[in-house]
Amino acid sequence: MVDMQVKIAGLVFRNPVMTASGTFGSGMEYAEFTDLNRLGAVVTKGVADVPWPGNPTPRVAEVYGGMLNAIGLQNPGVEQFCRRDLPFLSGFDTKVIVNVCGHTQKEYLAVVERLAQEKTVSMLEINVSCPNVARGAIQFGQDPRCLYEITSAIKKKAAQPVIMKLTPNVSDIAEMARAAEAGGADAVSLINTITGMKIDIERQTFALANKTGGLSGPAIRPVAVRMVYQCAQAVRIPIIGMGGIGSAEDAIEFLLAGATGVAVGMMNFHDPGTAGRVIDGIEAYLERHHIRAVQDIIGAVHE
Amino acid sequence: MKARMNMTVAAAARLADDVYSTVFRLPEGDFPAVIPGQFVGVYPHDRSALLPRPISICRADPGECTLRLVYRAVGKGTGELAAAQPGESFSVLGILGNGYDLNALRGKNVLLLGGGIGIPPLLELAAALKAREPERRVTAALGYRTARLFLAEEFEKTADAVLIATEDGSAGERGNVLDAVRAAAPVFDAVCACGPLPMLRGVKRFAQEAGAPCYLSLEERMACGVGVCLGCVAKTTHKDEHSQVNNARICTEGPVFEASEVEI
Repeated sequence: MVDMQVKIAGLVFRNPVMTASGTFGSGMEYAEFTDLNRLGAVVTKGVADVPWPGNPTPRVAEVYGGMLNAIGLQNPGVEQFCRRDLPFLSGFDTKVIVNVCGHTQKEYLAVVERLAQEKTVSMLEINVSCPNVARGAIQFGQDPRCLYEITSAIKKKAAQPVIMKLTPNVSDIAEMARAAEAGGADAVSLINTITGMKIDIERQTFALANKTGGLSGPAIRPVAVRMVYQCAQAVRIPIIGMGGIGSAEDAIEFLLAGATGVAVGMMNFHDPGTAGRVIDGIEAYLERHHIRAVQDIIGAVHE
Repeated sequence: MKARMNMTVAAAARLADDVYSTVFRLPEGDFPAVIPGQFVGVYPHDRSALLPRPISICRADPGECTLRLVYRAVGKGTGELAAAQPGESFSVLGILGNGYDLNALRGKNVLLLGGGIGIPPLLELAAALKAREPERRVTAALGYRTARLFLAEEFEKTADAVLIATEDGSAGERGNVLDAVRAAAPVFDAVCACGPLPMLRGVKRFAQEAGAPCYLSLEERMACGVGVCLGCVAKTTHKDEHSQVNNARICTEGPVFEASEVEI
């Protein structure tokens, strides 16, 4: 029996495998397909202080080895989330990480303060990296000064440990990770989607109503692995790695690059059982390599 | 109960230029309940195309354990399915979505309006309506581009009357389904439609003028097919319970909506 536990911000996770925000709702829909009790954590879809309607359709487009989305963070608002989604999640023996979104610092703080009263919430993941909303969000994640400030402001109000979710749409990801760490973040997660575009050549128009969207799926995985590695070299806080993970082999790359946790995102849409297969596959890999604990491979890549 | 199932192609046929029919056989014993208007998500084998292809169910036969899909081959996923031969199997997500409300249609003569690749799910609906109440009148008005009248023969066997419209006038009424309906003036108390958005807008107005309840099956680009990704929303007239905004998920609350519930 291998030891699959990992520790992030003092919390013990059953295993390092989580779901990536926006690809798993609050778990309700996929609970029909997969056992949430097996997951290290469920990371919810982004929640704002009030309901957000999101972008016009089409909001999604398939591309080679992945997809583009411009949902625009549609969400039912924190009150409905606390009334409906948290009671559902409290019925499972897994950690609950709530993704928080906003246009302004004030909006982020309103959600953070509201969630402070909720015992079901294990951690907060702050979305300062969505490429699909017109104001706020990504701007906080593209300037190290802004990222530092919003991280410190949130840390002052948060009752739970705080993960800052980073955007890959920057020239120096390590600088952003350092800014989050300096602001007091307990962890960083990366990568959010890479801004992309698809053109429908028959209709000679944009595939997405928003014109641009976030690219996710296996197509972005090498970029994500590289960025996780760079951040792991730059900061001491734990990293949760994501970007096109569809198999245990993919997840192990992230762990070796320095991620303490890994999240399955777009590949949930390909197979709702992906996270379970990733967990089984990591265990089998550790056994095959006679490694006692998953912690022993975190950041273990060498030249 | 939704699940990812393995389905084996039992029969395959080309019905018109780019319209194909695939009959899947399911393992015996666990045939899912199917409501007309529901759909499945078919995963291509091509590993570069990762999302399930939402395709409506044209016929479900629990006795034979078969599901028939009729669809337009438009890209690499549906193209792969169209090329599949009997014996080949696919991973299929199903059964998905909310179909036509058969209880709301109780005691009603129903007018079915299908446009192009919106025609197939109405065949299952016609069969279910007649099976429940053989005495009710079911009229199917089917709109095609040309005289390649796919599924029309099956509708002849299932519905009480079939009205045909073609864009080029090569068969039936020249024009769209509503032109065919106006020419024939069939008896109906309710309208069920599936087809392109401009047609559905016309159908909604038509049903309003006729004072008949109207149910529309909507289509949108989807990723997950199960209500997680929020990719495929329709604008709703009232605040949607799930989203808390005027957006309902076509894959979950839909694809069939009461016409007055959606802004199209």
